[in-house]
Parts: sequence; structure tokens; C-alpha cells
Amino acid sequence: MASHLRSAAEITELLESWLEADFSFRKVGPTAEKLATLAAEDQDFILDWVRRVASSNLEVAWQFARRAPALVGSMDRRLMEAWVLGACDVYDRQGLRHALTVMEEADQWVGNLASRQLEMTAGVLFDEIAGVLGNFVRGLSGRRLTLEQGKHIHTDTDKLYLPGVLARFPSAEDNFKLAKAMATLLWAQTRHGTFRADLAVACAGFPDPARALGQLHALETLRLSARIAEELPGLHRDMERLKRELGEGLPAGWERFAERLSTPEANIEDSLILLGDAYQLPDFIPWCYQGELRPDAVAAAFAARREKEKARLRVKLAELLDEQSRHRETGASAEPPDDKTFEAEVDDEDGRLDLELTLDGQPIAPPEDVKQLMTSIYLDFGDIPPEYLVPAGDGEYDASLLGEQRADPDAVWQGTYHEEGASFYPEWDMGRQHYRKNWCVMREKDVTPVFDGFHRETLEKHAGLVKHLRRAFEAMRDENRLLKRQAYGDDVDIDALVEAIADARDGSEMSDRLFVRTHRAERNIAVVFMVDMSGSTKGWINEAEREALVLLCEALERLGDRYAIYGFSGITRKRCELFRVKTFDEPYNDEVKARISGIRAQEYTRMGFAIRHLTDLLKKVEARTKVLVTLSDGRPDDYFDVYRGQYGIEDTRMALLEARRAGVHPFCVTIDREARDYLPHMYGAARYVILDDVAELPFKVSDIYRRITT
Amino acid sequence: MDAHALAPEEHFIRNEPYYQPIGNEIAIFEAAYRHRLPVLLKGPTGCGKTRFMEYMAWRLKRPLITVSCHDDLTASDLVGRYLVKAGETVWVDGPLTRAVRVGGICYLDEIVEARKDTMVVIHPLADDRRTLPMEKLGQLLEASDDFCLAISYNPGYQSVLKDLKQSTRQRFVALEFDYPAAELERKIVANESGVDPTMADKLVKFARMTRNLKGSGLEEGASTRLLVHAGKLINGGIDPVTACRSAVAQAVTDDADMLAAIQELSSSVF
Repeated sequence: MASHLRSAAEITELLESWLEADFSFRKVGPTAEKLATLAAEDQDFILDWVRRVASSNLEVAWQFARRAPALVGSMDRRLMEAWVLGACDVYDRQGLRHALTVMEEADQWVGNLASRQLEMTAGVLFDEIAGVLGNFVRGLSGRRLTLEQGKHIHTDTDKLYLPGVLARFPSAEDNFKLAKAMATLLWAQTRHGTFRADLAVACAGFPDPARALGQLHALETLRLSARIAEELPGLHRDMERLKRELGEGLPAGWERFAERLSTPEANIEDSLILLGDAYQLPDFIPWCYQGELRPDAVAAAFAARREKEKARLRVKLAELLDEQSRHRETGASAEPPDDKTFEAEVDDEDGRLDLELTLDGQPIAPPEDVKQLMTSIYLDFGDIPPEYLVPAGDGEYDASLLGEQRADPDAVWQGTYHEEGASFYPEWDMGRQHYRKNWCVMREKDVTPVFDGFHRETLEKHAGLVKHLRRAFEAMRDENRLLKRQAYGDDVDIDALVEAIADARDGSEMSDRLFVRTHRAERNIAVVFMVDMSGSTKGWINEAEREALVLLCEALERLGDRYAIYGFSGITRKRCELFRVKTFDEPYNDEVKARISGIRAQEYTRMGFAIRHLTDLLKKVEARTKVLVTLSDGRPDDYFDVYRGQYGIEDTRMALLEARRAGVHPFCVTIDREARDYLPHMYGAARYVILDDVAELPFKVSDIYRRITT
Repeated sequence: MDAHALAPEEHFIRNEPYYQPIGNEIAIFEAAYRHRLPVLLKGPTGCGKTRFMEYMAWRLKRPLITVSCHDDLTASDLVGRYLVKAGETVWVDGPLTRAVRVGGICYLDEIVEARKDTMVVIHPLADDRRTLPMEKLGQLLEASDDFCLAISYNPGYQSVLKDLKQSTRQRFVALEFDYPAAELERKIVANESGVDPTMADKLVKFARMTRNLKGSGLEEGASTRLLVHAGKLINGGIDPVTACRSAVAQAVTDDADMLAAIQELSSSVF
């Protein structure tokens, strides 16, 4: 877009074409006039976003265009982008109606501004602070809490919810401090036992339970603020400053509560005792960092956690006991393990939480996971109940309570749709010039192995080639070798020494490279093969792919490179599937051979998610060089979806750029003759090979691999 | 004081090093030494393993020869090698050989980092043979009764490549070290760095917070050693939050998000 001041007429024309005003009867005139009064830079900014959002939804774009001129002077750019992107995300996930409510939230913003002097506000976004605050909260001790974005600021004792945007203060720094204070107060609720009493029951006795909960929340905030002042004085100073700036303080009548609740021994029971008096006072106006109390969310999280943690702790204790008795057996007295008792002692003092576990009076050091479990249980109950410390008997619990439940990925389409156990990946939307969050629902599945003679037949069919490949790949192996004439080494290099002495006698300069050293070369490569399993590969191509994989495995086994093989396919964003053929840890065994044989053509070619997931896998592998090789037969494509065409190519290109940023070298082998149109754009000029004939695939793939890794 | 050169075997520790026992490790080490058993020290970095060795060397009045192992350390680096001097080859003892000859304490720090072939020379020294094979000299060196072999490793690095083999670990008496309990750590920090007890208490509290982060992005929490560094900076007039940033946060991670999180922790505590 050219950067010049546009007239109202020009803007009207642009808006009409983007928003399809002819069909929708949107009156763009007044908005265009408002836009025309803005600076060229602001016009560009707003119009650019209108165009981008219009590629997703016209109504959202229109609502944005209407509101933007009023906001652009008081909202900082970053915040405005976050607002409109947030609306797009909500549109993606929940539809138009919810997206429009997000748009309307901005009206409230304008209302807020009226009460404050007009100044630029730099808010903080959840995504920017989640990483830092997440680690901050984990550092504070207690249960491992996670941070999530939510509309209401509260905790369910497993997760802390903070809003998507915080903009109470003009500076980003203060807004961050506010978010930190919010997170800390929520943490303090879990850490100092706000939820050890049933708050819903406690408030039910009052004429207006909701109001009672509000006053109780105020009492708890007083109590916990005192704890924070004690434990985290630096943060407390910031919290006090934030309140002062907003003119918040302790209302009349609350001083005596604050005093009662500021002793280190005060707990939730004290707050409940004071609630009767506090209920008589006028409503406590919540402090800026106070958030909400949600007893229902807490009860749900607690119910989900209780049995699981009990089972896990008891099973872990049984394992510990087993280990202990095995240690003893080497000694003389092998007592029967039945009459042993575990005892736990909790030292919760001065902000520290120390847990000790004893077995018949003997202290034992619990492993980290047991410590975590005990901490979590302690936070719920205020101690570790004795029945939790009885080691589990054999088979007392079934595995479902112990591990994380994993839903069967195949069940998704047989019954009701669920997203349990799936991973989510973003997708690049070229129109919006931004990611669609959690767009692809990805599952890893196993290829059904087919135990036939495919592996043997392939080796027989290509016997000559196999022999050649083995030899070629063996030659690539970097062997340990003795380096001569080194300046430093394990042994004297006699040849070099004789020469050097001769040189010295001769009067010339003597070399100091007189040693031999063994050089250990390690070929340190990890490679993932990403095999196209789309419907179009059916028949010949599938056959050639499988043969190529067999030959490749034979070659790679010689070389000793770590490798994994995954097939990819899918139908729509809700069903993106990666098929495990061989993982990094698996040896090349009969099962893997049978899985290669079992590779069958499936659905469509959505590629972005596969590249992103396999890049994540490669990131976890320790290797100096990481390679991602794609075997494909055509361009990215999906069923009745925008993915067909340019959108898919742009998303794939973006995924490949991400891979490259993560230090993965992508490479593509394809048999699509038209690939020259799009592959250079996706992979870069020298990172792909096009085969003219399917039959070449088995011969060429190993050869290509050899070329790109040496 | 000027720096002065010492041969490794002359490295006697004259003054008592400051050491606070965590358990009965001193008694165990002494008993192992008396019975000529080699010792393995396990524990995270900066929790006092090296200081313990210095203390024991002082107590037992033996020279301490420390070798910090790295991934290029070979057997000849330990045993010795031929060097060329004035047109002739001359044998030069390595640090392990020197310790064996004079009956010193040889401490191989972070043994898992060394190359696998170093284990071959350690094994016969670490069992009841107590001999050092010197292949290139064609000799077998018998250790004197005063010689003691100690190695250390950090089980916290969960890499398959960096693990001690059973054949090695089963030759040693193992002593486990961990960060000291809060009270003890406070005392150590106060004593070593000279800060007052309240400041030491806050430093320890901060360290425990960083240790909670182990496993969620941090390989290792702040060690006692780092706390002492921070304490010394604070004592030198540096503001506590800045001191923690330079001495602790920057030392444990390079990750920007993690640095910011640790910074937020320290600014909350002080």
C-alpha cells in the first residue's frame, strides 16, 4: 500500500471492494470520512488490517473498521493488533457471534478512556508475559501451577487464569507488575490454603451468598497480602504502589480485620470467623490485582485430582517400600514388609515447605515425583492424611488412575468427536498474514503392520543395488584415524621427530608438530523421513515409496545415522494424522519392516502440521545435524478447504521456515512434474529434487540422502 | 601476594578450609581412606564437593591433586607421556601417576566427561590391586598406602552418554551430596560471603525458588557457590537484585524468558 494521505472517496472505494459493500449494504461512507481525517500512517495501519481481517470474515473486518478510527489515537499499535487478532482467533474457534462480543469490548475501552486523560496506553498481552510469569509462579514453590488465558481472573488450584490483555496503567511495565501481582495472589490462595474450607458451603448461610463470597474474598486478600508482604517484600512494595496510583486503600472499618489476619498463624478459618462481621460492612471494592474466587472451578479440579493423587502416592510408596526391602535383603534380617509404616512430616514455616518421609522412623529421601505429589496433597488438606500413606497392595488400582488417560485416536470418528490426546498446531493464514492458533488437530497413530514378504522381495528385486548401497554407505562412515604431525598428542611421531632432528642439525627451523593423536569422528546426524500417504499415492507411487524406504533403511543401518520414518495424511484441519513407521528409539526390526510394508494410501496432503510436529521431534533429539526429508507426489492439498492452492503452499513454506529457524535442514524429493512451479518458493532453490519417473524413486532416494549429508 | 608455582604433589593445604558437614561424610571418608577404598562423590554443581575434598586433604595432611575432566581427556593425560626435549624423548608423569608415587589424594572432578579409555587406567587402581599400569613404560606402579582416589560426578545431567558404567561405580564408596538444608545453607552463605543473617536468609530463599524451576526450563538451580558469590557482591555495596542478576541469574541460564522470570523472583524477595 502506498503511503500517502487518502481522501474519503479513495477510502470508500477501497472499503467497498474489500467489504463487498454492494452485496452487504454496509454504509462505509461515514467510516471512510473519519479515516480520511487521520494521518497517512494511521490510515495505512487500519486499512491494512481491514483487508487482512476481511480475508477471514467480512463482518469482523467491518466492525473493526468502524471502531478503529476512534481508538487509534489512544491505543498503542501492538495492543490494537492484539485486539483484532484476538477477535480473529475467537472467530476461528467459536464463530462470529463471540467474535463480535470481543469487538464490542473495545467500546468499553473508549468508555474507560473518558475517565482518564487521553494518553497512549501500552498494555501487556497474555502471550508476552505467560512465559516469564509461568516460570515465576513455578519458582515460588508449591504445586506446579500453569498459566492460562481466561476471561475471569481466578484459579482452580491447578491453573491460574489471567486475561488476554491488561491495560489498567499507561506503561507496559506497570501493567506487567499488575499481572505479576495477580498471579502471585492466586498462587498464594493455593499455597496458603484458601480452598481448604468449602467456601460455597460457608457462604450459603448468608442471605446473599454471592455478596458473602465477595466479602470473604476481601478478607482472604487481606490475609494473603500480609503473607506476601512477609515472604516477598519486594513484590509487596510494588503492589502497594499500584494501589496508591489507582487511589485504592483499606476502606473504613476493615483495619481491625487486616490486623487480625496479618499474623503468620492466621488461616482460612480465621477469615470465616470474621466473615459475619465483614458481611455487615458495605461492599469491599476489589483491589486492582484481586481477581475472583471461583469455588465451583476449585471443587471440580479437586474432585478430578483427589483419587488420582491418592492412588499415585500409594503406588509410589509401595514401590519405595519394595526398593527398601530389596536393599535390606543383602543384610541379615529380611523382615516381612507388611508391618512397616510410612510417616510424613511437613515443615511449613516462614514461607518454606519441607516434606520429610520416614519409614519406621528412618528418614528416606523421596524422589522428585513423590515430593510433588505430597506437596499437592498437603496443599489440599493441610497435612498428609494417614490413609494416603498406606502403600498400595498388588493390583489395587487399575492403570487408568495412574497414568494420564489416553483416548484412542481411532475412536474419534466412531463416536462423538473429541480432541483429547491430540496436539494442536498453528497454521499460517496468508490472507490474514498471521497464524491461526491451535488450528490443526494432530494425532500420532501407528501403521498397522503387514507381515508379508515385501521386505525380502524388495531386497531380492534390487539385489545388485542393495550391494552397491551398502558399500557406498559403509565408505561414508567416518572412522577413527590416527592424525600425524600434531602439535599435541598421546605419542611421539617418530617420523616427524627424525625429520625434525635432521632439520635441526641442518640448521633449519625445527618443527614442533611431533606427535600423533587419535581423531574420533562421530557422524552426528538425525533424520526424519516424512512420507506422503495421501490418496493420490495409491498404486505405483505407494509401491515405489515403500521400496525406497526398505532400501534406505538398509543403507542407513550401515551408516549408523539416527533416523525416524513418519507417514502423513489427513482430511480437514480436525483430522491431521501422522503415522509412526519407525521412531528414533526403535531398532530396525521385523515390526518396522512389516509397518513399511503396511503403508497404505489414505486421504489428503495437508503438510504444515506434519512439518511442525516432526520439527518438534527433531528439536528433542541431540544431534549436530538435523535433516527432514519429505517424499511427496504433489502440492499441498486438502478436502474442500482453503488449503488447496496458494494458501497451502504459503502455510507449508512458513512451516519450513520455522523448521529452518529451529536448525532443521528440510529437503524434498518429489515426483510431481509441475513441482517446479512451487517447490523453489517453498524449499529454496537447491533443496529439492524432482524425479521424472516413479520407478526411479527406490534407486534415487538413498543416493540423494548420501549427497545431502556429506 | 604474588602467584607462585607449585608442583602438584606439593599442594598441601595448610589452613583449615571452611567446611560445614551435612551428615557423616567426614567419618565415612576417613574410614574409607584408612581401608584404602576409593570414594565417589555424587551431587549437583556448587554444593561443596570440591571444598569437601580440600577439607579432607587438610585433615589427612596429604597433597591434593585435582584433575578437572573434559571430553578430550585421555588416559595419557592422566598417566603421562613422552615429550621431546633436546632431540630426545623424555617421559613425563601425568597427575595421576604423581599422586600414586607420592601417596597423595587424586581427585578426578566430573569423571563422566572424560573419554572412555581413562576408565581402563582407573579400574585397577580402584580395586584391591591398587596398581597403575603404565603401558608405554612397560611398568606397573603400585600405589603407596597413603594414596587415595576420589572421583565426582553429577547425576543431574540426564544424558545417556554421560553415565558411569556399573563396572566403574561398583568399585567406589559413594557419598551423596546435595544442597544443604536451609539453616545450614544460611550459615554457610553468611560465613563465606560476610552478609548479615537476614540477607543470607533471603538469598537462600531465592535459591530455593530457582531450584523449584529445575526441570521446567532450568537444568540446575542456583548452587550454594553462586549464593556466596551474590553475597560477596552485596557485601561490596551492590544492590541485591543486581547482584542476583549478575551472580546467579546470568550464571544459570541464557534463555531470555527464564532470565526474566528469575529476575522477577529476586525482585520479589528483596
